[in-house]
Amino acid sequence: MNEIIDKLTTYLQFDFVRYALIVGVLVALCSSLLGVTLVLKRFSFIGDGLSHVAFGAMAIAAVLRLTNDMPLVLILTTLCAILLLRKGQNAKIKGDAAIAMISVGALAVGYLLMNIFSKSSNVSGDVCTTLFGSMSILTLTKSEVWLSIVLSAAVLIVFILFYNKIFSVTFDENFSTATGMKTGLYNLLIAVVIAVIIVLAMNLVGSLLISALVVFPALSAMRVFRSFRSVTICSAVFSVTCAFLGILIAIVAGTPVGSTIVATDIVGFGSFTLIGFVTKGKRV
Amino acid sequence: MALLTCRDLSLGYDGHVVVGGLNFEVNAGDYLCVVGENGSGKSTLMKTLLGLLSPLSGEILTGDGLKRNEIGYLPQQTEVQKDFPASVWEIVLSGCGNRMGLRPFYGKDEKKRALENAERMGITPYLKRCYRELSGGQQQRVLLARALCATTKMLLLDEPVAGLDPVVTAEMYDLIEELNKKDGITVMMISHDISAAVRYADHILHVADHVFFGTTDEYLGNDISSGFLKKGGDEQ
Repeated sequence: MNEIIDKLTTYLQFDFVRYALIVGVLVALCSSLLGVTLVLKRFSFIGDGLSHVAFGAMAIAAVLRLTNDMPLVLILTTLCAILLLRKGQNAKIKGDAAIAMISVGALAVGYLLMNIFSKSSNVSGDVCTTLFGSMSILTLTKSEVWLSIVLSAAVLIVFILFYNKIFSVTFDENFSTATGMKTGLYNLLIAVVIAVIIVLAMNLVGSLLISALVVFPALSAMRVFRSFRSVTICSAVFSVTCAFLGILIAIVAGTPVGSTIVATDIVGFGSFTLIGFVTKGKRV
Repeated sequence: MALLTCRDLSLGYDGHVVVGGLNFEVNAGDYLCVVGENGSGKSTLMKTLLGLLSPLSGEILTGDGLKRNEIGYLPQQTEVQKDFPASVWEIVLSGCGNRMGLRPFYGKDEKKRALENAERMGITPYLKRCYRELSGGQQQRVLLARALCATTKMLLLDEPVAGLDPVVTAEMYDLIEELNKKDGITVMMISHDISAAVRYADHILHVADHVFFGTTDEYLGNDISSGFLKKGGDEQ
């Protein structure tokens, strides 16, 4: 045990480890907040779809030789999020089918572009990094950390200010529209916030594993708690704890950060299911 | 001036007319039942009145100081709500959404209003309980309390007794009648239950190829009702 603590104290003196912890915890916090809404609206896979879009956008940025790909990725991902969440009577392709289409389409085009135009000698290595986020969290620069902090703060503020509206829109969209709430606008807001979270989370767990950050905290919290507020708070705490532990374990054990965090989430989900089972008689 | 007036209304989706030639008005204190067969356009009418769809032609006028966002709505249960983790209190309070504007948090007024309506519906013992663990009748009371938070004048009810057992159904009808008679809230209800419709409502709107609108007595004396009532009676 002492050995592990020693190892951790040594590692924690490095800037890159501290950066990884800060960004990891913030991303985990943000992605868990909207998780409840997405799971309940049957949009669990939107994280997956959008992250593939972000992957495609990164490939385009690489082809265009942009040094800073963040703005392009953010814009393209946001556009797709709006497209997917915009609930129109006239949408010809709906929900899951639309997500599946955009998701694999962007993935294929992104990989294709990277292969044709890449000047890097290790294309599959690059692709693997983007998909599984392997080490990029440990190579964050100071400005990227600041960007993550600012974006996370923005997401958090927006979520708190619109908490009650998000609840109404999620629980009963028709009722909200009928009583004069601008549901279209709030759906748009949710879409934009999700896009920002996805782009942030790409650095942490990579695009294949983002859905885990969105769904595991929400589903775990829903096993135990029974009001919207308690579920939201619990999933935030759950997500932050798992991300923190996951990163520490990854550093000590030398495992990939993204998948370690997700593995921690799975263990957490298991224990919450058990707790939910045991406390079934007593409602919280 | 009537609370709600519809003139030459025709309704439908994507330019496809579901029902046309609707002319009716709802006055303050009325209890109007909308009846008709499946697919006749009852739900489309409801959605249009609520502003979820726009009418293909014709107009909907509100009067007597009723604003379009002041109609309380009791929807049919959606798939999402069946496993939604929300406490009764959170749901009732969300009915106050239309008086919030851009304010982010509910204030004292909204909480007082939500509590009053919860008391009115007799659901105060369950305020902290989870919505999805309540019985069907209790869930309808919660949604009714929410609708009452959104309005003081008019309720639109979309098949409020669907899926309820006979005892709870009777309770629900009594509750709605009480709101109408005692509190003077105008009620407009979509119903499959034609016998209850003619028993409780004072006006009937029969949506079909030939639209009928009039008082319940007129409806009972009319040809259109006899065939429908008989069919409805057979189903019971």
